Amino acid sequence: MSARTLPLVFVNLGGEMLYILDQRLRAPIASEDTSDKGVWSERDRRRVLNDVTATLFGPSFVDELLKPQQLYSHRTLKTVLTRLAHASIMRLNPASMDRLYELTTMAVKHQVLLCPRPKDLLLVSYNHIDAVRDFVRDSPAVLNQVDQAHRRIIEVPAGSGIYSRADFRSAPSWSLLPQVYSSMSEGELQLLRQTLLVFFQDMHVRVSLFLKSKIQNPGNGRFALPTSGPVPHGTEVPGLIRTFDRRGREVRRSEFPPGGSYSRPAGGGSFGLHGARGTLLGTNTYAANRPEETLASRASAQTGDAPNPLAKEELNLLARLMGSMGAQDGAGAEGAFRISMFSPDDEEQEAGTSKEAEAFEVISIQATQVGCRWSSHLLSITRTKQNALMLKAAFVPQPVPSLFCILHRQRDMLVFCSAQDEHVASELAQIAGQFSGAEEQAENPCGNKGDDLLAMMDDL
Amino acid sequence: MYHKEKSIQIKNSASALYNNLSVLRIAPRRLTYFTVVHANVVNMVSASWDGLNYSHRQLQSKEPNVATSTSLIMQAAFCVLPSRELLVITSQKGIQMYESDGSIMVYWHALDTPETPSEVNYVPAQAVFARGISAVWENYICVGVSSGSILVFDVPSKGSNITLSEVLEEHKESITDIASECSGSQQCIADLVSADDGGNLCVWKSGEEFQLLNKIPGFDMSCSSVKLWKGTVVAGYGTGQIRLYEAVTGILHAEVNAHARWIYSLDIAPFSGLLLSAAEDSLVRVWHLTVSQETNSVEVAHLHNECVTDTQICGARFCDGDGYAFAVTGYDLSEIIRYTQT
Repeated sequence: MSARTLPLVFVNLGGEMLYILDQRLRAPIASEDTSDKGVWSERDRRRVLNDVTATLFGPSFVDELLKPQQLYSHRTLKTVLTRLAHASIMRLNPASMDRLYELTTMAVKHQVLLCPRPKDLLLVSYNHIDAVRDFVRDSPAVLNQVDQAHRRIIEVPAGSGIYSRADFRSAPSWSLLPQVYSSMSEGELQLLRQTLLVFFQDMHVRVSLFLKSKIQNPGNGRFALPTSGPVPHGTEVPGLIRTFDRRGREVRRSEFPPGGSYSRPAGGGSFGLHGARGTLLGTNTYAANRPEETLASRASAQTGDAPNPLAKEELNLLARLMGSMGAQDGAGAEGAFRISMFSPDDEEQEAGTSKEAEAFEVISIQATQVGCRWSSHLLSITRTKQNALMLKAAFVPQPVPSLFCILHRQRDMLVFCSAQDEHVASELAQIAGQFSGAEEQAENPCGNKGDDLLAMMDDL
Repeated sequence: MYHKEKSIQIKNSASALYNNLSVLRIAPRRLTYFTVVHANVVNMVSASWDGLNYSHRQLQSKEPNVATSTSLIMQAAFCVLPSRELLVITSQKGIQMYESDGSIMVYWHALDTPETPSEVNYVPAQAVFARGISAVWENYICVGVSSGSILVFDVPSKGSNITLSEVLEEHKESITDIASECSGSQQCIADLVSADDGGNLCVWKSGEEFQLLNKIPGFDMSCSSVKLWKGTVVAGYGTGQIRLYEAVTGILHAEVNAHARWIYSLDIAPFSGLLLSAAEDSLVRVWHLTVSQETNSVEVAHLHNECVTDTQICGARFCDGDGYAFAVTGYDLSEIIRYTQT
């Protein structure tokens, strides 16, 4: 369906994540790292928020998001959000990350569902961006990044014109389309909203904050939809039937019971860089609440993450997104605080880490000899039926000093990551393993494939 | 006027798509088929009239003989032609046509995707999909495309020799819905209407070459559902309004401030003139239309409301030509709710 969902998905999910991190890091937390127990300092909390924001709104990450693409599985999204959450000195255990993901997705599902009109989805996104701006107001560099990203997402038309359908068709790449959302019609925005609703379908995790504020029904986990209140902009209050004659003159008016109590629309919201947004959806509802309110309980089955046939494209997207987030703090493990963000419960017996992807190996290839054109490419090599190696290249604007090759046996696929650290490469390899379907026989020792690849690289 | 009956449980919940419910009444076998779209799957339920037997089937959207690549489905609808009935499913990849019980796929049409440039993983910025399905006259099935084109398929009375007969290029925005009347026996001046994301309506006369009779301009608001009855176009919009136009002239007969949110589905019971409207505001409304073709006047009267609590409704259809019963689906709801006249 819509290929324009990613920027809004990440702004909203990322924003909700920042709200929760902000709230949680204010509370006294038991840290596993006993060297520094107790409360997070104000400085550390701000550092985490700044680091996560800087990664979320980093120009290369935003570049990747703005490319038209399909919205993939929850697994992919969760992986990227985990990486985002770990962009700083904080480390969440898997159970906490699961909870965090559930909370953020339920919050965004609520916002998307309750948007009075599809265009209000943008206002909700801007609410998130406004709040994030406030979090990082003391860091001019990060604040500037947020502003830049916001501009690219809104792109208030400044003489650059609206692209016609013919332009869209002939544009060789996304880079010619700076304007994303400002030129979308209500119908296209509704398609985007419908795409998001498919993504959030069947998620009914109970969130105690929502239950308390009667936003969510405890019985079935559905969100409460009021049949009263102001109608959206552009809509008339229901209840009137007007009949006209052939000349267009009104000949009759009659009324009918609307079955709800509606009122005229409230004042509109601003779609610019600043201004009151006119809706509470997307604002920080956690700020006023105590941390205990944000518990999520697993009352329903998780959305199925069966291996899907799009896995290869997903994997490529994942590699690009992870790569564009830049290297993690090298000292990651040492200076990091490992925390359990939400109180543990019975479900924490789950296998937090996935099965090790036994079918992969990591080969480190130093590609220092090759030209910069090569070093900035993300490659995928697939073995065709004739056992030939087929090379396809995709452009990723990221110069890297070295390449890591991940041999994924079960998918018979090799992915070169332009990732700057081994940590990301092995993470990706793990995920590649997760995407695999039925087990296949072990292949030749990977040395052969590695040699083939080196030979191919020499030919370029 | 109507009371709630026992709901039919379906295997998956309904997705938030326009016109997400299709009903086919099979009188000789005392069965009714229902189809509801969930992401990349169509859930089909066959319900016996005595309420005792239900059987389920699931259809996926994919090219035949290709194991991979399912895609999101936009719509599933039954097409009733004089000689046969087909189930048409439209998705991001193309159009599938099945026998009405979903047992055999008889036709697959792949959508043209824009030329892919050299860049790997290229995804067109504009979404590509098919949406809007209707049977027309004796042997045509029309399907809309996101580019605004309407594909006209010629369907033989038996077999799978379905061919693309014509492509109608009039709309500039994505097609949302297509509707027809007078299939088979009756002769009408206009027998097809198509609607798009800009609210524009095109009125056609079917034939070996379809003829455009009229274009009714929209007002920049998506028309998500459209119906044609006794020469009157009934259109539901994202603003929650329903408008009734005289098809051939475009004269506005009536305007109803019907719903507080986006309308997702309209249906008409042709023998009684009952109109059903459903929207994201959780309400289903029943109206009565009186169209007098002699005096060229149209009257709309409101009859009944049903509220499906906490549900954004995405499909509503009468189960019979008199409007004695109707069925409703909602986003995230795994059931088909039924209502019958008291």
